[in-house]
Amino acid sequence: MFHLSYGQSGRRCSVEYQVLWFILWGLLWAVYFMLDGFDFGTGMLQHFLARSNTEKRIIINTIGPVWDGNEVWLITAGGATFAAFPTTYALMFSYLYSALLIILFALIIRGVAFEFRGKGGSVTWEQGWDAAIFFGSFIPSLLFGVAFGNIFQGLPMDGNGYHGTLLSLLNPYGILTGALFVLLFLQHGALWLALKTEGELSLRAARLSGRVWYALLPVAVMFLIYTAFATRLYTNFLDTPVWFVVPAVAVASLLSVRIFSTAGSYGRAFFVSCSSIVMVIFTGIIGLYPNLIPSRIDPAYSLTIFNSSSSIYTLKIMTSVVLLFVPVVIGYQIWIYRIFRSRVTPRDIEDNREAY
Amino acid sequence: MDVVTLSRLQFAITSMFHFIFVPLTLGLSLLLACMESTYVRTGDVVWLRMTKFWGKLFLINFTLGVVTGITLEFQFGMNWAEYSRYVGDIFGAPLAIESTVAFFLESSFIGLWVFGWNKVSRKVHALSIWLVALATNLSGLWILLANGWMQHPVGYVIRNGRAEMVDFTALLTNPYGLLKFFHTIFSGYVVAAFFVMGISAWHLLRKANQDFFRRSFRMAATFGLISALLVFLVGDFHAANVAGTQPAKFAAMEAVWETQKSAPYHFMLIPDVENERNTVEAISVPKLLSFLAFHNGNAEVRGLKEFPRADRPPVLPVLAGFRGMAGLGILFMLLTLIAVILSRKERISESPLFLRIMLYCLPLPYIATQLGWVVAEVGRQPWIVYNMLRTADGVSRSISVPQVAASLAGFTLLYSLLALIDLYLLIKFARKGPDNDVSSVVRTERQEV
Repeated sequence: MFHLSYGQSGRRCSVEYQVLWFILWGLLWAVYFMLDGFDFGTGMLQHFLARSNTEKRIIINTIGPVWDGNEVWLITAGGATFAAFPTTYALMFSYLYSALLIILFALIIRGVAFEFRGKGGSVTWEQGWDAAIFFGSFIPSLLFGVAFGNIFQGLPMDGNGYHGTLLSLLNPYGILTGALFVLLFLQHGALWLALKTEGELSLRAARLSGRVWYALLPVAVMFLIYTAFATRLYTNFLDTPVWFVVPAVAVASLLSVRIFSTAGSYGRAFFVSCSSIVMVIFTGIIGLYPNLIPSRIDPAYSLTIFNSSSSIYTLKIMTSVVLLFVPVVIGYQIWIYRIFRSRVTPRDIEDNREAY
Repeated sequence: MDVVTLSRLQFAITSMFHFIFVPLTLGLSLLLACMESTYVRTGDVVWLRMTKFWGKLFLINFTLGVVTGITLEFQFGMNWAEYSRYVGDIFGAPLAIESTVAFFLESSFIGLWVFGWNKVSRKVHALSIWLVALATNLSGLWILLANGWMQHPVGYVIRNGRAEMVDFTALLTNPYGLLKFFHTIFSGYVVAAFFVMGISAWHLLRKANQDFFRRSFRMAATFGLISALLVFLVGDFHAANVAGTQPAKFAAMEAVWETQKSAPYHFMLIPDVENERNTVEAISVPKLLSFLAFHNGNAEVRGLKEFPRADRPPVLPVLAGFRGMAGLGILFMLLTLIAVILSRKERISESPLFLRIMLYCLPLPYIATQLGWVVAEVGRQPWIVYNMLRTADGVSRSISVPQVAASLAGFTLLYSLLALIDLYLLIKFARKGPDNDVSSVVRTERQEV
């Protein structure tokens, strides 16, 4: 059993910090999905988009310099959950044990596959790692979606703990959210590749992003509608209708993706694709507030920013650290993205022996 | 087996596996930074070739370090939810700071370093590996401050049914964490030095790329000697710190049963745990143990009998681990000293016997670092946070035996496979030797000028 409140005295003055950390928590997840989202998309598409080994290498080399830095946003989101909302961290990770374990295994083989694929020298070796790249990208996309879908719905937890299983996560809404994540990331990755590769490959990626879009749109609409029935996320929006701007921007971004990519402006299309991912996550996060993880069976046992947060002292320290260092991180990550802004060409991967 | 045992086993396997890759990253990143800086300063292409050859091995190792690191952050919540809930207010902070301050830096600049050979100037490129080296070591600082807090909790109060942080500075200046940090990074440098010397020795024995590997060997030998001396020096202070903060662990490290003043040190010792005594105590030096523990030959060393049986760590692994580690530490100082003398006199190629010894000694620092962790973590038992929370009370309540058994089997299988692949690639590229053609990089740089 977890403790529901950490004393009244500390609570009043720490509300601002708890809210701030709730926002940061949502922001970290949103940035993570925005960034690793195109890595996942790229990884899922590599096998299907490439017509030669050179093209396969070009595809993974587009994310080569950045995927590792992108993945750290996950580590930071996890670390921030631990530091700011330890009770949520503890219960979320232990309740979703098996799902997280599978995500973990997938992320491990994905990372290793990027690095090792080019170092073996046989076709079988490369094919093996290509499969690892695909599953290492597809499984986390799907399961992160399933996990967040279930968090949006609330987990079956009460005073006796957790009453769910790995299979009970695969309920219709969970699967729909999983499909939404997969399609969002596929489109994101396809646009990234259209932007980061040349010639025929770039065109193929752009065409594919168009096809993905037609699948994504109905799934996104279904998700927004089903959310009204399966979750209580819209309560906050109905209380404060101005928040509807966020899902509206998500939908507008999704529609603009198509407009920009038809016009051939893949840069803009990629930008609005970023926005659509961030806004979808924000929609969920705003709907959750003040819960981090609602309980589906007994709201008294929902994990909220009030009953699961760290002390104000810890939150203050973490706030200073984040305000001081995260801008620096964003600064050098943007700088590195700029250094690698040009398209990846066959010559690039031949010239650099360290390339994947 | 119960959930606690399975979870402990899983944590041991995953963290020890992670720590196969960490020490090499700690040390080799620094060596690479020195190599590349020398290239930038002198323009001598052999330093560039060295950077590239050792860099390739570095990356094979680095990748596994990164991916196996994620496991650890997840596992605190997955398997040790009660622990995470109880101490998250204070323990979560250094972990979150580690990823914000260090891991971002490391992961972002390693990308620039690997892919940026033709994209940025030589100086910026060299700077990126310096930043990776800095970030890796900084990462170690935060993780070991977190671990140091589990060993010797400071700056907290028990409030609201959990440990809450009240003094962040105490966490940052916890002598236990800082000593452990320096002990660990220096041991990582020793691992890297033996790695470079061992592989160089293999090539020197085959008379291939003599100049290249002589330079590598000499550089690693100097680095190794300094590090081996430092790791031992810090280790001495660390042991004394343990004697003061974790007397039961210290007593287990030396199999001391009775509390005694002017305690002697027994070079040979066979404990009889059942009967709480040592069956053999031989080759003894009077007062030495008191001196090692408190830097005072007459000081009192507390014995295991002072602690209830339930509060004692398992004696055998802690004792054997400590003796093994310390013995290896002495060996490393001797070997690196010989290595420095021989390579300074340019006689290293004429000493095939020593080269062969250095080749076979390559795994020893790895073993020493693992033994060190056995002493640290088994010696902390039965506590997950020393004298505050028992390991058995820290485990998640929502996970079941089949779940953890399955994940343990999964980790064992996946990690064994990864270990084999990693070893295969390391051996393959280590044997292949340096690439003599670095024309593409040099060419691009000429164009820049």
